[in-house]
Amino acid sequence: MTEVARPDIGSIEAVENGLIGANYICNRQTATAIYLAHHLRKPVLVEGPAGVGKTELARATAQYLGLPLVRMQCYEGLDESKALYEWKYGKQLLYTQILKDTYGESLRGITSMAVALEKIADFDDVFFSEQFLEARPLLAALRQPHGAVLLVDEIDKSDQEFEAFLLEILSDYQVTIPEIGTISATVPPLVVLTSNDSRDLGDALKRRCLHLHIGYPDAKLEERIVDVRVPGVERRLREQVVAFVQKMRTFELKKLPSVSETIDWARALVLLHVTELDADSVRDTLNILLKYETDIDSMKRHVSSIVTAVN
Amino acid sequence: MLVEFLRAARRAGIAVSVAESIEAFAAIDLIGYDDRSTVKDALRLVIAKSDEERERFDECFERFFGMGPSGLGGAALLEFDPAAPLSPEMLEALLDSVLARILLDDDRAQLVRNLHAAAAEVDVASVRLFTQINQFARRILEAMGVEALDAAIGRLRGTGGSEGARIADFLEERRQAVAELARDLVERRLAASGGGEADRMHDEFLKDARLVNVDRRDLLRMRVLVRAMGRRMASRYGRTRTHAKRGHLDVRRTLRRSVSFDGVPFRTYWKRRKIEKPRIVLLCDVSGSCAPLAHFLLLFAYSLSEAFSDIRSFAFATSLIEVSEILEKESIDDAIAAIMRSIGFQSSDYGRALGTFDRDFIDTVDRKTTVVVLGDGRTNYHNPRVDVLKRVYERARRVVWLNPEHRVAWGMDDSEMLRYLPYTHVARVCNRLRHLEDVVSELVKAR
Repeated sequence: MTEVARPDIGSIEAVENGLIGANYICNRQTATAIYLAHHLRKPVLVEGPAGVGKTELARATAQYLGLPLVRMQCYEGLDESKALYEWKYGKQLLYTQILKDTYGESLRGITSMAVALEKIADFDDVFFSEQFLEARPLLAALRQPHGAVLLVDEIDKSDQEFEAFLLEILSDYQVTIPEIGTISATVPPLVVLTSNDSRDLGDALKRRCLHLHIGYPDAKLEERIVDVRVPGVERRLREQVVAFVQKMRTFELKKLPSVSETIDWARALVLLHVTELDADSVRDTLNILLKYETDIDSMKRHVSSIVTAVN
Repeated sequence: MLVEFLRAARRAGIAVSVAESIEAFAAIDLIGYDDRSTVKDALRLVIAKSDEERERFDECFERFFGMGPSGLGGAALLEFDPAAPLSPEMLEALLDSVLARILLDDDRAQLVRNLHAAAAEVDVASVRLFTQINQFARRILEAMGVEALDAAIGRLRGTGGSEGARIADFLEERRQAVAELARDLVERRLAASGGGEADRMHDEFLKDARLVNVDRRDLLRMRVLVRAMGRRMASRYGRTRTHAKRGHLDVRRTLRRSVSFDGVPFRTYWKRRKIEKPRIVLLCDVSGSCAPLAHFLLLFAYSLSEAFSDIRSFAFATSLIEVSEILEKESIDDAIAAIMRSIGFQSSDYGRALGTFDRDFIDTVDRKTTVVVLGDGRTNYHNPRVDVLKRVYERARRVVWLNPEHRVAWGMDDSEMLRYLPYTHVARVCNRLRHLEDVVSELVKAR
């Protein structure tokens, strides 16, 4: 197999432009993180509020680098049999059946136990071998011939044990399967971990990662994002939408609207043929931006004043 | 330079491991020093691991690499114009001093380089106390060759005539500016390196200070500490809830799962032991006598309720109300203000408060509950209703009483502490942040 040339990742600007090519607008900090992660071979731990594009970053990076994206969603109770590998029990069972038959034939006539054991030891033991290994996301990522982008999503949802188990993969890009041995990555994958901060991650894990914090974007960045993600949105509406959302983030709300909500909202407005924000259309579509009844109620009072402010 | 910065970062309270230092060097190798913001981004990615550390990092970075407003390019350097041509003798006099040449050429970049080189030479990063500033500044100047400059100025004055005097004046003025720069540099390094240490010392002091004596301006800082404590407790507390208990086969589960393998028990399941989170019922005295303390107790209750799901909080003075909801819903300031408004500063009546608790909320206490009472036990000579506490004691898993008063004062005057004492599992003096921390970590351990 020939080496597929990776796109030039020679500078931070290249990363920035590459990500734009993958429909992902980011600030310089984010591009720097990917650049460093690539060259230092370190995983990136992305933190930030929900919906600012943490997962999207991994997807865009994969697209930009032309690598497959291997995604692993973490949840409480996730263990290595779901994350790393599992034995193909059915096939193993079948194998033992065959084995039994073969053994039966070759052991016929042997009466002493010691001789029988010796005979058995002569057989190849493939019961635990890669043939019977069912690769789960982590192992699959390591086995990709040209490397991969491995996304470990919402690592904070997993258990502490699982976190500890990840360490080997994150630092050495290898996994140890007790029955077989150590499997190293052909090409180390670019690892992106995301966290919503629902619990503190262990120091050991933190130490191994680059830390990228993605916050809410400023107005300029957000406008660019909306522009790219929502084709057909008029410039005027775009400015208003972004200004409105930016304003809204200054309020005390249970859940502040994130970039993904801004995009959804802009899409909805385009669908509804709204060309200019007015208080009524905002009120009708507020449930796209806010996810809590109480938030919606408290915002409804301010809608008209904000609309006038952004117009 | 980078080593110095990492040292400063460490002192600013960011945990920078050796591995991270290596990482930082590798990152800088990769991107170079050309672009300041890129350097900052890269170092932040490598070093800062939490919001708090990111903040500290930004601060530290600006302090360390920043060129404050009084930095190079100050007015003093620009005003003077050395337009007059130099005669060969004067040049001769100046040639001895590199510094003089740099100043005359107005080569700022070189000046800054020299300044930093000199700073590194005298190990300015080891500055700890502000009394050392002058000393370090002087040593930097010496390392930059200020003596040769002085000699050159002297020669100019001696032999240069009016033209020489003019240049000498100019050089002296600039020398002054350089001295300022050196001083400024040392000050910034001190701020970058010593600042964290001073903060930490202050924090330690606050932990030990009596809660009632804490200055108003320290309240904010204190708050941060209390919340950090609450979080720490929570993360220690909220960890693994199930623990594998090896050795006991869960036969039913194993058999059930073996069905898909034709009844061959391929995977074994082991019995797991569930560790239950203890429930906490918090009774907090917010009466006049406890008011200064009550603020912190409520603060603590707040951070606990942020961290634990199963906590019921009650505040009492003359009467008793449940405050769980307020603490959960409102922001910290609003919550405390609301509670203090509604029942704070009344005189305490433990009997009545306990009576209310007995009547309305005794059901919240069961075998798994830890009851924490925060109060001085001063009943204003009302009936203490020890019987209620006894009932609580019998029902609860543990009763912990935290008293802000010193042990000696227990039982004096209207304090009924000694009568309550038999019906508590633990009674502690608690008037410092450190006490609070100790008690809570004990609560966490004892399950």
